Amino acid sequence: MFHPSHFAAVLLFALFASTVFGITMRDTPQRMFRYGAYCFILFVGSAIVLSWVMLLIAR
Amino acid sequence: MSTTPNKPVAGKKSDQGFVYLPLIAGWLVPGAGHFLQGKWIRGTLLAVSIIAMFALGLAMQGALYTSTQGILDMLGVAGDLGSGLLYVVSLAAGWGARGVQPNQTTVADYGTKFIVVAGLLNIIAAVDAHNLRTGRKQ
Repeated sequence: MFHPSHFAAVLLFALFASTVFGITMRDTPQRMFRYGAYCFILFVGSAIVLSWVMLLIAR
Repeated sequence: MSTTPNKPVAGKKSDQGFVYLPLIAGWLVPGAGHFLQGKWIRGTLLAVSIIAMFALGLAMQGALYTSTQGILDMLGVAGDLGSGLLYVVSLAAGWGARGVQPNQTTVADYGTKFIVVAGLLNIIAAVDAHNLRTGRKQ
């Protein structure tokens, strides 16, 4: 069985989803890579920001 | 008055063969639609991403949706079906939990979402293969 931490699950999800988004949404390899990296940063960044927001709300 | 013959649109491929083959192949086997058109690197990256996401979902004890009792279950089945043969083989082999359990752990819930999203990503990849086939994308 595989029991990743919550953050590791976020990283894995972001990596796979960003790879598919990058390849399917852009035409050239360079633009694919840039868009994939952009999506990855947005996935992980938004997860971190929302985590802090939820922590502050819970207090 | 002279007329110029119609030139084929740039990037437009010939209409020979079954145009929906990459779409269907890409849905059944992740990356196959791109392999059929010689896009080996793109197909490999798509296949690795989608299959790994689906397999990690199963390894996290994620659930495969089978029931269509409620609207959420129906949406879950639709998402899971996007994985094509991965979903069918997993059901036949008895992998993964059956339906979402009330006492499901958080990691198992993540696994369920991984499986559904893998199916949705595979649909996007299959449509991309179809766009390559029709010349809408290069």
